[in-house]
Amino acid sequence: MNRRNFLYAVIIFLMLSFTSAHAEIRLRMSTTTSTENSGLLKVLLPPFEKSCDCKVDVVAVGTGKALKLGEMGDVDVVFVHARALEDKFVADGFGINRKDVMYNDFVIIGPSSDPAGVKGAKTAGEAFSHIAAKNAVFISRGDESGTHEKEKEIWKVEGIAKKGSWYIEAGQGMGEVINMATEKQGYTLADRGTYIAYKKKSDLVLLYEGDKTLFNPYGVITVNPQRHPHVKHDLAKKLTEFLTSKEGQGIIAEFKVNGEQLFFPNAK
Amino acid sequence: MNFLHDSFRNAVLLILSLDGEVYSAVWTSITVSISSAFCASAMGIPLGLFIATSEFPLKRVAITLLSTLMALPTVVVGLVVYGFVSRQGPLGGLGLLFSPSSMIIGLTILALPIITNYTLSSIKGGDSRILPTALTLGATSVQANLKLISEVRFGVLAAVIAGFGRVIGEVGIAMMLGGNIRGYTRTMTTAIALETSKGEFAFGLAIGIILMGVALVINIFLNLLQQKER
Repeated sequence: MNRRNFLYAVIIFLMLSFTSAHAEIRLRMSTTTSTENSGLLKVLLPPFEKSCDCKVDVVAVGTGKALKLGEMGDVDVVFVHARALEDKFVADGFGINRKDVMYNDFVIIGPSSDPAGVKGAKTAGEAFSHIAAKNAVFISRGDESGTHEKEKEIWKVEGIAKKGSWYIEAGQGMGEVINMATEKQGYTLADRGTYIAYKKKSDLVLLYEGDKTLFNPYGVITVNPQRHPHVKHDLAKKLTEFLTSKEGQGIIAEFKVNGEQLFFPNAK
Repeated sequence: MNFLHDSFRNAVLLILSLDGEVYSAVWTSITVSISSAFCASAMGIPLGLFIATSEFPLKRVAITLLSTLMALPTVVVGLVVYGFVSRQGPLGGLGLLFSPSSMIIGLTILALPIITNYTLSSIKGGDSRILPTALTLGATSVQANLKLISEVRFGVLAAVIAGFGRVIGEVGIAMMLGGNIRGYTRTMTTAIALETSKGEFAFGLAIGIILMGVALVINIFLNLLQQKER
């Protein structure tokens, strides 16, 4: 019988230690997988957490879902990269106080043999039309993420119907898509950060970069407290100030993966 | 072979390095799984007992329904609970989404049919004379039912273990309701999913090996308990 009592004691102890350990103030932030997976937030957030004596809970999802979570009031602040969607989010009254924080850019990667001849393209649109013309395998995120939005925008501008067995909608994160493109030896549009992080694991090469349309700005938006009164508005404001402060911007500029800078601060 | 070899080496290194993040994920997995297996048992064992020992209309339908619920897809449980605990849902005011509490709710729902069903079948498989005998010998209804449970305790413990196994190895609910927040709601399974998505397959597999180790330890513990009480 003692053993049974011991088991109960263990269970009660576990439950108690579990509930008491998380009593501090928590700010919920939804963000894109690119910021979390690159490891940036691991160095960027701790100084802020220390200064405000709080915890930032990071929910890393695609930009579409990250904004949706803000719309529903399930997070206090969103940190995403899809300018058109962000502006709509603010215009619809879901968010306030949007601030530029940093940018990185998208690159087109594919097999080194480059069967569609993307390498010689002058614009991102031209590169895409080469891929479509050759029916070369293209892996799309297909998950309403910021990257997916950018990709759709380019197809639309070029007026290309992305139909056929060459166009694969993965519905997964950037990392999975790069893996899939590697396995299938296809092309994809990737944010530079994730691509650099994957360089060692993938034999795909960077085929096109530098077009202005591939510019990828990140913004931070506070969820509108008038719509969702429970939102930790003050703390969200402090986080916004921190990200755009000299200290925050400095950390972003110094953050490197495999010796390469991933994000470029651009707060005004 | 290299891949598996690396994973084993990584697993050992991870355990030895006392990596804070890994331990936090292990800890979250254990506490959340134990809590939900406990809650599900607290409801499922009495429910199984009730269904097994009483007669009511549509009993067969109830049993079929219960078996069907054992096949509940985790994503469906996740979605339904999400609808309830999101700020727009009926329980939104509590702010439970993306916290261990919402994970425990979802995982309890997942484990409940399993524990109820196994309890039900272990009682059915037991000696049907236990209950009337105990009652004839002057036991109260509560005493008689407790006696019945203790007679079939191996089956009941198996029910608890099955429920626990289901929740600790589950990823859909943990991801959806917990949000995979580092150091807070990241469990071993969501960590595996994340590491795999980052292309760190060996690291993901290493956490998988740790998960199996933890499950082994907990099952050994429960088995010891079972034997000592014999």
